[in-house]
Amino acid sequence: MTALRKNTQTTHEIELSGQLALLDLTGAMVLPAHDALLVADLHFEKGSSFARRGMMLPPYDTRETLVALSDAVSRFNPKTVIALGDSFHDIGGPDRLGAEERATLAEVQQGREWIWVTGNHDRILPESIGGQVVEEMALGSLTLRHEPAAGKRAEVAGHLHPVGKVVMRGRATRRRCFLTDGSRCVMPALGAYAGGLNACDAAFKPLFPDGFTAHLIGTERIFAIAKSMLCRD
Amino acid sequence: MSHRPASLLPKTFRDWFKGRGWTPRAHQLDLLAKAKQGRSVLLVAPTGAGKTLAGFLPSLVELAERGPGRGTAKDRRGLHTLYISPLKALATDVARNLEIPVAEMGLPIRIETRTGDTPSHKRARQIERPPDILLTTPEQLALLLAHAEAQEFFQNLRRVVLDELHSLVTSKRGDLLSLGLARLMTIAPQATAVGLSATVREPDDLRRYLVPQRSAVSLPLAGRDEGWGSQSQSVVTQSDGVVASTTPDLAELSSSRTTPTPDPSPQGGGETPMADLVVVQGGAQPDIRMLELDERLPLAGHTASLAMPAIYELIRTHKTTLVFVNTRLQAEYTFQELWKLNDDGLAIALHHGSLDVSQRRRVEEAMAEGRLKAVVCTATLDLGIDWGDVDLVVNVGAPKGASRIMQRIGRSNHRMDEPSEAYLVPANRFEILECRAALDAVHEAAQDTPDARIGALDVLCQHILGMACAGPFRLEELYEEVRSAAPYAGLTWEDFEACVAFVATGGYALRAYERFAKIVKGHDGLWRVRDAKVAQQYRLNVGTIVEASMIKVRLGKSMRSRPGTVLPRGRILGEIEEYFAETLTPGDTFLFAGEVLRFEGISEDEVLATRAGAGTDPMIPSYEGGKFPLSTFLAARVREILADPFEWDRLPPQMTEWLLQQRRRSVVPGPRDLLVETFPRGNRFYMTCFPFEGRLAHQTLGMLLTRRLERAKLKPLGFVANDYGIAVYASGDIAAKAARDPGFMDELFSQDMLGDDLEDWLAESALMKRTFRQCAVIAGLIERRFPGEKKTGRQVTISTDLVYDVLRKHEPDHVLLRAARADAATGLLDVRRLGVMLERIRGRIIHKPLDRVSPLSVSVMLEIGRERVYSDNADEILAEAEAALLDEALA
Repeated sequence: MTALRKNTQTTHEIELSGQLALLDLTGAMVLPAHDALLVADLHFEKGSSFARRGMMLPPYDTRETLVALSDAVSRFNPKTVIALGDSFHDIGGPDRLGAEERATLAEVQQGREWIWVTGNHDRILPESIGGQVVEEMALGSLTLRHEPAAGKRAEVAGHLHPVGKVVMRGRATRRRCFLTDGSRCVMPALGAYAGGLNACDAAFKPLFPDGFTAHLIGTERIFAIAKSMLCRD
Repeated sequence: MSHRPASLLPKTFRDWFKGRGWTPRAHQLDLLAKAKQGRSVLLVAPTGAGKTLAGFLPSLVELAERGPGRGTAKDRRGLHTLYISPLKALATDVARNLEIPVAEMGLPIRIETRTGDTPSHKRARQIERPPDILLTTPEQLALLLAHAEAQEFFQNLRRVVLDELHSLVTSKRGDLLSLGLARLMTIAPQATAVGLSATVREPDDLRRYLVPQRSAVSLPLAGRDEGWGSQSQSVVTQSDGVVASTTPDLAELSSSRTTPTPDPSPQGGGETPMADLVVVQGGAQPDIRMLELDERLPLAGHTASLAMPAIYELIRTHKTTLVFVNTRLQAEYTFQELWKLNDDGLAIALHHGSLDVSQRRRVEEAMAEGRLKAVVCTATLDLGIDWGDVDLVVNVGAPKGASRIMQRIGRSNHRMDEPSEAYLVPANRFEILECRAALDAVHEAAQDTPDARIGALDVLCQHILGMACAGPFRLEELYEEVRSAAPYAGLTWEDFEACVAFVATGGYALRAYERFAKIVKGHDGLWRVRDAKVAQQYRLNVGTIVEASMIKVRLGKSMRSRPGTVLPRGRILGEIEEYFAETLTPGDTFLFAGEVLRFEGISEDEVLATRAGAGTDPMIPSYEGGKFPLSTFLAARVREILADPFEWDRLPPQMTEWLLQQRRRSVVPGPRDLLVETFPRGNRFYMTCFPFEGRLAHQTLGMLLTRRLERAKLKPLGFVANDYGIAVYASGDIAAKAARDPGFMDELFSQDMLGDDLEDWLAESALMKRTFRQCAVIAGLIERRFPGEKKTGRQVTISTDLVYDVLRKHEPDHVLLRAARADAATGLLDVRRLGVMLERIRGRIIHKPLDRVSPLSVSVMLEIGRERVYSDNADEILAEAEAALLDEALA
């Protein structure tokens, strides 16, 4: 994902609670009415979190996630960036952030309003990482929070890491996706090591009682896939 | 050693042989003599030659002579003989057989097994009070060696017996075992090793495996995978000196001719140290034939449906028949078809690795007791367990390898003095060629066992951690020890260091994890494991068999009151690979456990299936294609038969006729040529080619060819591959392109496809990701998931696909990626073989533009719709799914 992609190809327009939302190949969402870019579940320093427990995953996940993040930010150049929680994999994450990564993050934050919504992995965030820390917030008619709330709502949330699996004629692919019913959207995880929960999982059912469309992130573009086309793992 | 005095045997033993009406066989006495001289030996003998007893006889004699230990701590003499088998069941079986002479002679010898099933109190007791003889598996040996008590446990070891060595050394388990053996020889330098093996092409490889290699000697090993394909792995020629003798009578047998090596040179001497070799000449020439039918065989397919009545008849007229097939699917199909014909109600059973264990055990017991008339089975029955009185082996489908077929045939007539009877049953016309080639090979006793392995780095990583668990080590000493194992004799210091660094901190250029290191170097220069938790982690992850994640198949019950609802109320039928289950959609039908099942869905980590209505054809035709690709050796022979019209006389007439037609309509290629045919059909353009390099190499070739055709703007739509060739179809006219550009075909098949094209494809290849996952588990990067264990939450697991993507981008030369590439070269992607082929056909491509499909091409074309279409292109799949949504909306 190092190479910049042309905006025209990578964005995919949907309507969310009466406003236009652009879905990006990186997994970011842009709300042009608010000049805001949303990302979810960055899980910075997940690699080092595993290393503490003896699983020495390649220590490049934060870098990789930052590449995607700064790619989206530099292309859309939004006034506000909002990270919807679980931005760090654990509370010690910000402390383990390498110098280079810290500098990259500061560079991306430079000149914009930066808001960290807290998540279950990062309830506490130190001031040193810049920006504001909130539990949840409103953006026009939309509520932004980490964990989707119960019932039908106009909100954008993360937490669940949705992925959609499609099988066509014996060929299968499993991709990160945005799930939306037009009023709520559950965003995909952007973190390089963030796994996924199948969109057919029961956890999504109460959030979308009338069903949803999955916007699967392909290699070159985003595809709108009907719920009926998705398979379980 | 011209004289083999039976006096080597103590009286008790001589009497015992006599009492049984036996005479000790020459090779049994040879091994006894070698043991007395303290030499390691490789015993190569056919099934039924009394190999196991030969391997143990020296131990039994020594133990009998040293008399009973009192078993007290004071008198602890420790373990005398260690026996390693590739199968838990084989270890148990051998222990049982060994108890018989020990009991009958009243020898004071304690024999025990140690497997995954051994209860923990018994394990603890075994460490405390070792038996005289311990029978176990390579994984259990690794665990024992990682034990803090290993030194004491093994220090008095005299002998190591390695059974079925030929099958062990071809895999990563063999690498692991070689490292274990190296450690054993460090702990107990007085011990000697005995390898028991079926006939192999290069016995010297196995002889080296058995004794410590000297590090000063650098073996002529192929370079550790620099680049992909060009190392030539020459086509196997002849086996050395193994001549099937004429039918010997019993008296002659008892002094069967063996060929001991002439030397009494020290085993540490010579260019490369090798164990002595004892070869028992093969028994009677097997009576093996191709099953010929009056009907014409189909051009493709693997079911051999036409042959079923003849196979049934063979079963009926023999005592006990083993029907070998290559895949689980064929096993299922053959079993069903035979039962359709089974008017006599013969006891015909099914046995394959995916069936529920209890069901498999029932079949095995019934078999051993002689209650079965036939068993339809896959490779799970390939290895040496005694299956009772089998008098016929039928091999359905192509044999794929000469040595494999010979070992299978060896399952019939466990007495080597009687000829084994066997039939090869080709399922399609190409398989006739393959069967012919295999028959020739059997006749010449030519072998095609694979080349010696270069030790895998992921296995080395696992071993290093194990050794750290056993106790503190010095890097240089461990390096020397590792290099004394034959597969690692060529290991460079740099690679060794990279593995150590991986074990410690992951070995990344970005040294981020120093403070979490799993093994650390102390001030005394010794490396130690950080804490007990790391050792625990090692114990849970030991072993090199990373089973594809399996998922249970449960028979569901349809609710009558609510049609369409299926309840998980039935029994478990067995398990299938998760990745196969993942490609099923509800309503798909497939063959499993002897019935046609309808896939209903996955619930709570189980596949839920119902019985499909009578007469339903399974829709999902194949999983795993043919399990083994055609061996390089048989492939070369098939090409030769094909190229030589004089050879055609030896083929059934239907085959000759087919080849003559091919010659009229196109061309029959020479043994080194590559025939490429192009022709239009419907509104598509087809290209077929026939490298005969096996399905795996062909799949890789197909992936790369479609990429290149894409670039040439010929719009490829897909391809299919089998063991003999591939067919690519496109909406662009490939023949027209080749006519405009005469160099096009050469360019299309040029070797540089193994450069950037291969690298690009590997970035997203599902096969490569699966290969990487296996290396990651073996090396200990991520924890093993145990079969049946529920998936844990998404927070605690990590997808190796994600790790692969990140690592590939940031450290493409990381030791784990190198290990995965080395595997891909010979494993699921068979890149090396593809490389050898591309080299071979350079300048030898024969392109035939045709106006319609040729007889040869039909056989591959028929795979379309039968085999899966391969594609790793996510966007193609997604676009199709998206279009389905639009169709729905517009309808």
